[in-house]
Parts: sequence; C-alpha cells; structure tokens
Amino acid sequence: MATTMPAANPSLDPTRPGRAPRPRRNGRVRTVLIVIALAIVSVLIMLPFIWMVSASLRTQGDIISNPESLWPSEFTWSNFTEIWNRVPLARQFLNTVIFAGVVTVLSVLFDSAAGYALARFDFPGRNIIFIVIIVTLMLPFQVTLVPIYQQLSDLGWINTYQGLILPRAADAFGIFFMRQFFLGLPKDLEDAARIDGASELRIWWRIMMPLAAPAILTIGLFNLLANWNDLLWPLVLTTSTDMQTLAAGLALFKGQHVTEYGVLMAGSIIALAPMVVAFVIVQRRFVEGIATTGMK
Amino acid sequence: MTTIHARPHESDRKQPPPELSGRVRHRRRSRRHLVPYYFLAPSLVVIGFFVLWPMVRSLFLSFTDSSIIGDFDFIGIENYVRLFSDPAFGNALVNTLIYVAFATPISVALALVLAVLLNRALPARTFFRAVIFFPFVISFSIIAIAWAFMLDPQVGIINYWLNSIGVRTGNGIGDPQWAMVYVIAVGIWRNVGFFMVMFLAGLQTVPRELYEASSIDGATPFQQFRSVTWPLISNTTMFVVVIASIFSFQAFDHIYVMTNGGPFFKTETLVMLIYRAGFENFQMGYASAMSWVLVLIVLSLSLIQTWYFNRKAVTY
Repeated sequence: MATTMPAANPSLDPTRPGRAPRPRRNGRVRTVLIVIALAIVSVLIMLPFIWMVSASLRTQGDIISNPESLWPSEFTWSNFTEIWNRVPLARQFLNTVIFAGVVTVLSVLFDSAAGYALARFDFPGRNIIFIVIIVTLMLPFQVTLVPIYQQLSDLGWINTYQGLILPRAADAFGIFFMRQFFLGLPKDLEDAARIDGASELRIWWRIMMPLAAPAILTIGLFNLLANWNDLLWPLVLTTSTDMQTLAAGLALFKGQHVTEYGVLMAGSIIALAPMVVAFVIVQRRFVEGIATTGMK
Repeated sequence: MTTIHARPHESDRKQPPPELSGRVRHRRRSRRHLVPYYFLAPSLVVIGFFVLWPMVRSLFLSFTDSSIIGDFDFIGIENYVRLFSDPAFGNALVNTLIYVAFATPISVALALVLAVLLNRALPARTFFRAVIFFPFVISFSIIAIAWAFMLDPQVGIINYWLNSIGVRTGNGIGDPQWAMVYVIAVGIWRNVGFFMVMFLAGLQTVPRELYEASSIDGATPFQQFRSVTWPLISNTTMFVVVIASIFSFQAFDHIYVMTNGGPFFKTETLVMLIYRAGFENFQMGYASAMSWVLVLIVLSLSLIQTWYFNRKAVTY
C-alpha cells in the first residue's frame, strides 16, 4: 500500500511534517467520542465496587427496601463490627498474608533461577525440561487437584501452611516468563564477571537478578494477586476455619448466611483492600510495565 | 562456585587460562556442567513432586474406583465408559462448550478493541487502562458475591434498573434461561483487562514508522488496523486466544460463588462437576477420569489454535 500511493498531500507544508489540518480536526472529535465511551465503560466496570462499598454501609432493611439506590438512606458501621465478630477475620488475614507472601517470594526465586538456567546454559536435557514445563502450563490444574490432595493428606499436610505453600513454590508460567526475559539480556556482563572469577551463584544473584528487576516485579505481582485471590486451592486444602484464607472463608460464609448482604460486603471490603491499595500504588508502573516490557 | 581466580588477557577470552593444569581444568569443567542443574533443582523438585507425579497418579486413579479414603480396585476403562452415558457429564460438557464459545471470542475481541483505542494518545489513558485492568486485580470469588447480589431477583440493582426500562429479566441469577448469560458476562468483565494489557504489549512491537507511512498515504484508521496492526500482532493474538480459551475451560471461582452450578445445573461446567464429584461425592476415580477428558479437550484445542495461527504467522 505504501508504495503505490503518491506520497505527499499538496497542502502540506514541507517544513512541518505531520497531518493536514482537516484530518486533525476530525481526530479531535473522534478523541472526544472515544473518551466519553471509555468513561461510560469505566463506570460500568466499577459498578460492582461502588455497589459493594454502598451495601457495606447500609442496613439490611435499607438494602431490601430500596434496591434501586446506590446511596444509603442512613450510614452504619455495624456491618464491619458484625463481620469482625462472626468470622476469625484477623486470623484469616494473617493466613492470607503468610500464604500469598511466602509463595510469592519462593516462586520468584525458584522461577528466575530455573528461567536463568534454561535461557543461559546449554546442557543435556534442556529441551526436554523446557517442553515438559510448557505442557504443564497447558494442563488445567484441576486435573492434579485430587491426587495432590491425597498426597498432602498422606503427608498430614492438610490444614498446614507448608501444604498450602510448597506446591505453589514454583510454577511453569513464571519459569517461562523469566526465561523469555533472560533470553533478551546481553551476555557481556556475565562473561566479564565469569572471567573475573565470580561464582555462578554470585553472577546470577548480583548481576542477573538486578537486571531482571522489571520482570521480577511483574511476575511477583502476578503471583501475589493470584494467590491472595485464589479460591479453589485454599478451599480444598483447608477444612478448619482457622486455616482458611480470606477468599475461602468469605465464600463459605456466604454459603452459610446467604441473606446478610451488608455484613458480607463489609468482610469483602476488608479482604479486597490490601490488593486494591497495592494496585493503586503501583498501578502506573504495573500496567504500563507489562504493557511495554513484560509480555513480549 | 569455582574458586580459581584467573585473569586472562582479552585476546584469549574463550580459551582456558594457560596456567591451569589439565587435571584442575577438567575438574572445573565437570563442576560447571552441574551448574544449570543446581539452578533448576528447586523448581524441578516442586513441579516434579506437585505437578508431574500427581498427573501420573491422576491418570492411574482414573482407572480405579477410588474414593477419598480406603482401598480401591482397578476397574479398567469403566469410568470412561460411564462418562458417555452420564447425563450430568453430557450436560456439563455442553455448558462448558457454550461458556467457552461465547466468553472466549467476546473477551478477546473487546480486549483488542480497547487496546487499540488505548494505544493512541488520549487524555487519562493511564487511568482508563488501570480501571479496565482493575477487575483482574481483586479476588474474583469475592467480587462475584457482589455480582450475585446485584443480579438477585429481589434486591438486585441490575434487575431493578433493567426492569424499570422495560427489559424483563425473569428470576435474575436464579433464572434458568439467564444464569449462563450472566455468568459469561461476569467472566468477560473479569478477564478483558488482562487480555487488553497483553494486546498493548503486542502493539508496542509494531514499528511506529508503518503507521506514519500509511497515514501519509491516506489510510483510514480501519485500513491501518487491517493492513498493519492485525498482521503484525498475530503472535500476541495467538497467545491471548490460547490463554483465553484455557481460562474459559477452567472457569470456576465466579460460577461456584454466583450459582454453584445451578439453577437446575444450567451453569454446571466440567470443572464444577469435577469438583463436586471429587470433593463432595468423594468419587476420586471418576473425577480423575473427567479431568483427563477435559485435559484432552483443552490440549487439542490449544494445539489446533497454535497450528492455525502458525500457519498464517508473520515474522518480522
């Protein structure tokens, strides 16, 4: 297409490359329309959160008698004190922090070490290992849920932190992601360090890991979100209320007390708040970071 | 790992340092051989013990009548035979295929449109990107509780609003005709931002000059999309389509919370049925057999998709 059309618009000033005025004005109208459309879409996307905050501040009677309204007819904090007394929220919060936090740290370390080996070393079995990792990426994890449960049950690890954490300590997606990132880094620095006699562990930890910071941040956040928010895994591996994470605890609470909207929404807000705050703090770096560097 | 400090000149970088004796050199090389395995070991232990070995066990279990505890017998392919005459399995398979057939293409198409729009210079671009990505950040099972309430026939705000503008929504989330529609819509709502971010990453790889050249040639935005953007992001599109299909097949959290497979099993997907068979009815053998049928479906679909996109892949 580019070669067949005459290149220049006669009205174009050759000293100022760019579009002619007419398309630019059309462009401005289009921009305004797009922004309006995106604003409407944004409000629709946020509707569940808006409703959640509203419901958590309303009484049960208010929610039922005024279902059409998002604005409480009277504000109440009682839902928050109520959920706090009914569910061991502090304990479940701690469980979630331990589970998601330790999994994130371990998997970032293990995934980046494995990804580094696959990207930078040539060794017998490398291709087989890589293919196996890709295949496990494609398999639905529900397939292994039953035998993992039995395995952990044999070890006596149901309702334990190690049972929740260790099976998640490395994952195929993270290894694949880190491998792709390390493949794109120049080799000169590690060669120089190797000649200077640095150990391989030191090269990885002191040179490659700092260089991989953007990818580590991305994969770390993904792991933190995925595990903090996960339902099925903690639901299956914990049976006692005191070992449940927030997501599992609230899902079960909903099953038992199906009609207490305000109380449940107050609990939900407590469970969601840390990830919402974390996302708001890093959102610019996170979204832009994945969009520009991470997922190539 | 190596303790020998050798500083050769630049000219013989690739050669072993001359002052090393043959024996030391040999030892050093064989130890270096093991280095990648040290780096891989933690991940391979975890994946081997908690992914590969359970996969083997699950395949084995699918040929037994195992319940969650106690002895079990080897029953050959009986579980697989039973699947084909089990109406619950047929129902779940149909529901899964309906979910995948609608949720996947709609969410991928919406994500692509949003990514192309948000790849332009726009006011508040970062804000819009963050808002659209937001549903992916928070717990799906928890926000699904809010969705379930909003779609509730008695107190649901969405049903109330739709009814007041004349749209009949029947029994809301409890309506057999509507439940699947709602579950699909909420699934799309959740994932579209994630796919959009992947598309944005793909769009960064399209050289700017191509857009400049084609706009000087008078190409409309739609022509630019069709002739420049679409062919050059085919790798990203393939990745997103495969991931989106896998997500759709594995959808669980919001269905469990919003409908628990109901009403009348209208939203019971294969993963829901596997969960119910394995962890509520304790038929581990039968649940494993269903899992492997699901694996075969997902794997073959992924391979078909990869093959289809590779056939028309553009390298640049």
